[in-house]
Order: sequence, then structure tokens, then C-alpha cells
Amino acid sequence: MLMRNLTRAALATTGIVVIMAGAASAQDKVKVTFLFDNAPSTVAMAEALAAAFEAKNPNIDIETESRPGGADGDNLIKTRLATGEMSDVFLYNAGSLFQAINPVQNLVDVTDEPFQANVIDSFKATVTGTDGRVYGAPIGTAMGGGMLYNIPIYKELGLSVPKSWAEFMANNEKIKAAGKTAVIQTFGETWTSQLFVLGDFYNVQAVVPTFAADYTAGKAKYASTPAAMKGFERQEEVFKAGYLNEDFAAATFPDGVTKIATGEGAHYPMLSFAVSNIKELAPEHINDVGFFAIPGDDAASNGLTTWMPAGLYIPKTSKHPDEAKAFVAFVASIEGCDVQTQSAGATGPYLVKDCTLPADVPPVVSDLLPYFQEGGHSAPALEYLSPIKGPALEQITVEVGSGIRSAADGAALYDEDVKKQAQQLGLPGW
Amino acid sequence: MAVAVAEGSVPIANPRRKSRTAGLYPSWFYLPAAIIFAVLFMLPTFASLFFSLTRWTLQKADFIGLENFAQFFREPFLFQGLVNTLIYGVVTSGLKVVLGMLLALLLTSDIFGRGYLRAVVFFPVLVSTVGVGITFTAMMHPTQGLINETLASIGIKGPGWLTDPRFALYSVALVDVWKGVGLATVIYIAGIVSIPLEYYEAAKIDGATPWQRFWTVTLPLVHPATATVIILSFIGGLRSFDMIWAMTKGGPGFTSDVIASVIYKQYQAGFYGLSTAGNVVLFIMVALIIVPLSMLLNRQETDR
Repeated sequence: MLMRNLTRAALATTGIVVIMAGAASAQDKVKVTFLFDNAPSTVAMAEALAAAFEAKNPNIDIETESRPGGADGDNLIKTRLATGEMSDVFLYNAGSLFQAINPVQNLVDVTDEPFQANVIDSFKATVTGTDGRVYGAPIGTAMGGGMLYNIPIYKELGLSVPKSWAEFMANNEKIKAAGKTAVIQTFGETWTSQLFVLGDFYNVQAVVPTFAADYTAGKAKYASTPAAMKGFERQEEVFKAGYLNEDFAAATFPDGVTKIATGEGAHYPMLSFAVSNIKELAPEHINDVGFFAIPGDDAASNGLTTWMPAGLYIPKTSKHPDEAKAFVAFVASIEGCDVQTQSAGATGPYLVKDCTLPADVPPVVSDLLPYFQEGGHSAPALEYLSPIKGPALEQITVEVGSGIRSAADGAALYDEDVKKQAQQLGLPGW
Repeated sequence: MAVAVAEGSVPIANPRRKSRTAGLYPSWFYLPAAIIFAVLFMLPTFASLFFSLTRWTLQKADFIGLENFAQFFREPFLFQGLVNTLIYGVVTSGLKVVLGMLLALLLTSDIFGRGYLRAVVFFPVLVSTVGVGITFTAMMHPTQGLINETLASIGIKGPGWLTDPRFALYSVALVDVWKGVGLATVIYIAGIVSIPLEYYEAAKIDGATPWQRFWTVTLPLVHPATATVIILSFIGGLRSFDMIWAMTKGGPGFTSDVIASVIYKQYQAGFYGLSTAGNVVLFIMVALIIVPLSMLLNRQETDR
């Protein structure tokens, strides 16, 4: 009893000391809040960046906070911006999602900040508001939207990486004949269902170079553009051929990552950032997974649809915009890149000039890099070329990919969804 | 207790409503309630009617007339949501009436451990809906779920309860019934217990079989309880959101979407005006169904 009382007293005293220490240091420190999504790789990267920045700037205290991803995250960001309660720095997608948060009205213009000199122009274009000003800086690496494949299965069956859709389907047939799952789908998390459509955009723009502009102007539609319809048709084709894993309708993203890494399936249409999830969920299989772009009709014009990293933004309501800018500048520096590589691993090329990757990257990344290099074939995904992305695409692709709705029907329904989004954004021509 | 529940079953359109309390209290006495009512209920109602006519970004609202309502009815999955809402309301409400009545008959008989069994039936009502939803989602997993693994062990290949578009809505409805039938049962128990035993004695003397006693004594005399159960569970079914969102999020695709989940998705996507219009539609639909239903059920009662 006495023992317990003593311990309690001791705890109380240390508690007071800690509180006093906190109060003393908080007085001369500026507190900057930092909001990011709760994907484990993002959290690791964000915490490491905050710690490294605090070490260099002892007068600034970065307070980190994570939020849900996906539609819940979109909702939270919009609401906090509208109510003036946004963190001093926040991480959010570039491209169409960035356009949907009304940047000109809500965000601090960072066009003339010195750190923009380090940022590669192709990224700046995706965080530029309707007034032509730049509102963000990159965090993380560029990604590819394509097919993760299991290297041991490819070796065992003597397959080679397909360059055309016909070759891809021929591979699938052989994999199925060998009694294995050819294509993994994970509709338990609906966002994972969109890659056949979104990742096919390189092939769309190769056939119809003006699609992005016409689509933004309301002139080109998925349902009436055969090249754009292909994504929906291929998703349907893969389902109808019976290539999917048995639990495709309920499996989740971690299930999919584990399956592709351990060889429970041969292909998984996904963004290349999944390499960081493989590292986390099945580290011993990190060298068993490779990557290739979603093949189109023509082997000669094969290329990759790329995704930009997320941006860091500062809301106009921030009370410490200068300290927030200092933090953003740190993230978008060579030193910042290195901290990101150490904490989250090398997942793709950085959008900051002169940032380098270590020599020993996993196969997914080494398969990805050639597409980005000089003479490589890549094009940004539609969401970086047009402000419009319909919010219901993931439900529509789940329906097309599980045979509930036909490809033509799905494309037409998506066109309606796109129209709603364009009207909400107040774009001309809708 | 029993009588209180039976009488409490008619608050929605009490035909004996008279200005019995008029002039009973000074006017200032009503003021606090009136202010709360105006600020927290009247104001949002009228504001939502206004915003449903606009394209709203939370920061600015452009007046677009009835365009949101036109949009709401034009989209196939929004219409599908309306149909699903009705199916969901009818299925859950119907099953709760039938099962609640049967369970109440069982639990008012001289069964062993009656108090314990009553508690067991009521227990799911007390558990969080989202918790129940997540638990059943795991149990209904098509390949690794408890239900299908049990079926597989006796050689039956179970369906994808939540992933097959033919079953998803009904699977959720069944879980909703499991969770909510306890409340219906308790209301019925109260109703059955409040029936005077003399009626049964008289019926017995007249030579009525148990079956006849149920149809001619119990069923008509628990009518107030039936009305309460139908109205409560039907309103609950029509506006149901939490169970569906926890289990399928309206999926696969749009196949188990109900109005409330469609509205929430529009809100998530930032279509604030459209989602407000959806809420107005939901309000009107519930009112159009429940007001006549409640009048019908209550008229039958006073006719007796």
C-alpha cells in the first residue's frame, strides 16, 4: 500500500515536471501542424521528415496528425478548409483532386518561393490553380499505374513481359491453364478497381492526342470514344475470361499485395507505390514482384501512365505561414528526398531536381524507371491533365469488373458522373 | 409498464388531440423550447430547402432551380437506391413484426429461464450497429467467413453473402433484423401481457382452439403494439444508413445502395447541393409513406 502511494506520488511529481518543461519550451517554439493520410508508408515518411526538420530548426515544433485516405479523406479536407480549421501544412493529391478544393480561394500562393526553383515543371503544372499560380510542392515520388507481376510464376511458366493486350491475355491463359490465379482484384477496397481504366490513359492519348482537352471542354466522352472505352472493355474481358481470384469481391488491398508477393496470383493492376506495402507486408518477397505498363493494342506504342506525387499545401488560414513555408522548402530539397528514401524506401523518381535514388532498388522500381528516362514512353494520367474526375468511377469499375454492368453501360454512366463533377466545378461548356 | 408502452404507441397522430393544455402556462414558459426548436430545427429545415435548389461549395451557392432534383431522379443508381430503400424498409419491418410476435409469444409462455431468454433477445439492440456490421462482414466473407466455412464443412458452397449483387441487400437486411428484433419483441411482450386474462378464459369456455385464441384474441388486442413496431421499424428501415455503410458501403458497385448511402456519397464527393436535395427527397418520401400508414393503423385501432 505504502509502496503504491509512493509510486503514485512519484508519478505525479514527474508529471508536473514534464508539464512545466513542456510549458517552458512551448513559449519560445512556434508550433506548426502537419496533416497527412494514414497509409503506413506516408506516416513513416511524414514523421521522419518532421523529426529531421525539427533537428535543424530547434525553434519550430512540427505537430503531426494523420487522417483517413480515400473519399473520407476528401471529405475531411474540404470540410476543414471550408470551416477554416485546416492544419498549417497538409498533404493532398495533385491534379483533379487539388482542383476540387478550390485552391485559388483557399491556399497560399507559393509561386515565388525560392524552393520552387528545385521543383520539376511537370509537377508544378499539376498544382497550378485557374489563375496560373502555383500552390504546392511535391512530397513522395512519381508512380506508374500498371501491372505488378509475380516474377517466379513468369519464370516457372517461361513467360515474357507482354507489350500488347493480346500477349497479356495469352499469358493469362497459360497461367490459368497451370491452375493459378491470373489476375488479382481486390474490390473489398473499391479504389483498387480503377486501374484498368485510369492506367490505360497512355494508350488513349496515343490514339486520340486531344482527348484530355476535349474531355475537359465537354466534347469528348468515354462512351463515344472507342479508345477510351477500351479500359472498361478490358476490365470486363478479364472478368468474363474467369481469370480473377476466387475472393476478388471481398479481398482488400493488403490481401492483394500479399497475394502478388507470395505468388497466389500472377498479375495485380495497381499503382507502383504498392512496393512500399510489399516491403511492409512480405519483405522477404520484395524481389519477387516486377512491374510493366498496361499493354495496349499495339506492341510498338507501349507506354506507361504515370501518377504525380502528392503535394504539400498551406491554407490561407495558417497562423504561421513563414514557418510552414520553411518546412515545405525542406521537404522539397535534396536533403528532404534523402529522408524520404530512408524512411519509406525508394518507390520511384522524385520531382525535385538532382534527387537521386540508391543503386539497389527493388525490381518494381527498376522496371519503372526506364519509362521515365530520356527516350522512355510515359504520359501523365488524365487526372493531371484535366480538373475533372468523376467520384463514382470506383463503384462503376467494381460493377464492370464483376459482371454486374456491361462496359458500354459503365462508360455511359461514368460520363454522367463526370458531368456532375464538371458542373460542380463550374467549368464552361457543361 | 405494459400499458404505458401500449398507449405510447400512438403519438404520431393521436385522434383525441385537443387543446387541453392551452392557457395552462404563461407564454414565457414556452420560450426556451420555442427558441431551441426554431434555431436547431426550423432554421436548418428551411436552410436545407434553400440549399437543395443551389449548386453549393460550402463557400458559395449558385441558384439552379430544381436541377438537383432532376439530376437526382435521372441517375440510374439514385433511382436504384430508392427502390432498394423500399425493399429494405419492407423486408426489415415485415420480418421484425413476424419474428417479434413469435418470439414474444414464446417468451410470455411458461418457458424455462424466461427472464434470461428475454435479456438474450434484447441484447443485440444494445450493441453498436457499426460493431455488429463489422463482425457480420467478417463472418460473411465469401471464402474465409465463419458462415461459409461452416457450410463448406458439411459440403455446401455458400454464396457471397455481401459480394453477390443478388444477396447483398438482403444479407444486410437480415443482420438488421437480428439486431433490431429484440426491440419489437419487447414491445410485443408488453402488448401481450397487457391483454386481460378474462378474454382467454371466455374464449376457452366457448371452446376456442389455441389457434383460434391467437387469431381472435391475441392478434387483434396487440394491435397497438403492431402499429408501433411497424411504424418504428419502417421509419428505421427507410432512413437506415449505418448498418449498410458498415457492411457493404452500398456495394458491390451500387447494388445495395439505399437513399441514405447515396446521399452520403454525394456529400463525400463534394456535391453539397445535390446531397441536400437528396435529403429533401428522403424527407418527403418518409412523410408520404408514414403519415398515411400511421393514420390507417390508428384509425383501425379507434374503430375497434
